Amino acid sequence: MPNSSPINFSLRQLSDALHTKKISSVELTHLYLERIAMLNPALNAYVTLNAEMSLAQARNADAMLAQNTSHALPKISNLMGIPFAQKDIFCAQGWRTTCGSKMLENFIAPYDAHVIQKFNEAGAVNLGKTNMDEFAMGSSNETSYFGAVKNPWNHNVVPGGSSGGSAAAVAARLCAAATGTDTGGSIRQPAALCGISGIKPTYGVVSRYGMIAFASSLDQAGPMARSAEDLAMMLNTMAGFDERDSTSLQHPTEDYLRDIDAPATGKPLSGLRIGLPKEFFADGLSEDVAQAVAAAITEYQKLGASVVDISLPNSKLSIPVYYVLAPAEASSNLSRFDGVRYGYRAKEYTDLADMYQKSRAQGFGAEVKRRIMIGTYVLSHGYYDAYYVQAQKIRRLIAQDFEAAFKQCDVIMGPTAPSTAFNLGEKGDDPVQMYLSDIYTIAVNLAGLPGMSIPAGFGKNNLPVGLQIIGNYFAEAQMLNVAHRYQQVTDWHTRMPQSVGVLK
Amino acid sequence: MSINISDVQKIASLARLAMTEQEAQTARTQLNNIFELIAQMQAVDTAGIQPMSHAQDVTQRLRLDGVTETNQRELFQQNAPQVERGLYLVPPAIE
Repeated sequence: MPNSSPINFSLRQLSDALHTKKISSVELTHLYLERIAMLNPALNAYVTLNAEMSLAQARNADAMLAQNTSHALPKISNLMGIPFAQKDIFCAQGWRTTCGSKMLENFIAPYDAHVIQKFNEAGAVNLGKTNMDEFAMGSSNETSYFGAVKNPWNHNVVPGGSSGGSAAAVAARLCAAATGTDTGGSIRQPAALCGISGIKPTYGVVSRYGMIAFASSLDQAGPMARSAEDLAMMLNTMAGFDERDSTSLQHPTEDYLRDIDAPATGKPLSGLRIGLPKEFFADGLSEDVAQAVAAAITEYQKLGASVVDISLPNSKLSIPVYYVLAPAEASSNLSRFDGVRYGYRAKEYTDLADMYQKSRAQGFGAEVKRRIMIGTYVLSHGYYDAYYVQAQKIRRLIAQDFEAAFKQCDVIMGPTAPSTAFNLGEKGDDPVQMYLSDIYTIAVNLAGLPGMSIPAGFGKNNLPVGLQIIGNYFAEAQMLNVAHRYQQVTDWHTRMPQSVGVLK
Repeated sequence: MSINISDVQKIASLARLAMTEQEAQTARTQLNNIFELIAQMQAVDTAGIQPMSHAQDVTQRLRLDGVTETNQRELFQQNAPQVERGLYLVPPAIE
């Protein structure tokens, strides 16, 4: 398919095409729904589609666009009429919202998550809900009750997780862009493995209201798209204070496009200091990923940036700390699933306790149960100080490492994941091996910092490599610009898996 | 430290998860592997370090103690496994 097809348009190009009536939202929505009908049976990126609801939103958007004939009218949103995929962790009123679990297989959300509400208010079209690891617990999408998602670059490898359905949908051009959530790397790692861009903002920038909770002190929503410019446009819509989330930050409204839209000089990143943590380039990093990341850093130096060696000495502890804190929070959050007010209830049981136990045993998958068990144990009497409190103390040491590092540099760069996408089933039987695939992303969540991943070439077997960019608190606009300048001089982010190009 | 089978059964019971003997055996092996990974934490000197419970050290906002939601009982109960006359049905808890 030529690059002139709307499936390769940036969000800005789509917005222009919609506003100038070169294409209608209904046409665009049909185009994506047709592509989904052809490609989704193999990819399994979407778990719920509702063409009627999507097209109703598209018709509304077209009506709004038709009224907007003069520039004198109040400017309508630049996301108006654009079709997005929504991770199935976000409640969307009237839509089945499963969180990848049998527990919520038949749950119809009675209200909109803040993120969904923001997209709706902007006039965007919800194309459908994307597949994910069950309750966002996984790094491969294999823990979904609805089956694994296939990576569009190679159907034998994983798309990453937990936002694997969103990542695959963006890579396969089954939506203009998508939403994700990131508790320990769930936006960045699938973005890396599927060759797309994704950003997890500073904790508290995007409201968690209506986003099904996994680990509340770490969960953060963010956009997943092909380019940094697209991410910035989406974040402009998604970010902002929401009183319904008690941890939503009262931070002044920002325009995340401001640095991207600033005029560029010959060396647009001169003065930028890039910190390279030695721990991110040590044992355990695949050679092909290391090479691609090194080439990206060289490209950054050509753009005027300088490189500083830094150290994050406690980052190696981020996995043990995370696997205490996240399961502890998850075991509390998931206690709400008891088969009473909503969700799965066992068919046969003897009494109330038996109903709880059987409903939860049958409704949750193996990984979710494992994490509930870990969490219950570390919070139980006699172990709380040794595990939970100790983990919270080391969490502060990890955050302090970053604080010290940002005195020496403006952004931190390194690999997003230690290898390119691994084979489906390769790590399925060994939870510890799976946990280690998030080694470079987890510390960022523990510190609450913003982190992103952008395509930086290909490794062995022609699978994508992601470059991770970590910024200081509230540095999203700067990070997006840093990513954008790289994308101005490289074309990795425009590459498309061959199998998804020409249809029919 | 190693978790034995009765520990697994106790945790499962606290977590309200029914578990067969065989599932408990598998869980025991996997939990022990995971706790081996977690054990690295114990060697870290954290004397004098304040526990970090949240990414941003902000105080919890308070809201007005007022009604903000409207009654949507019927809508909400459409997702319930079993309701009768507007009430959620569960097995008898008191004889």
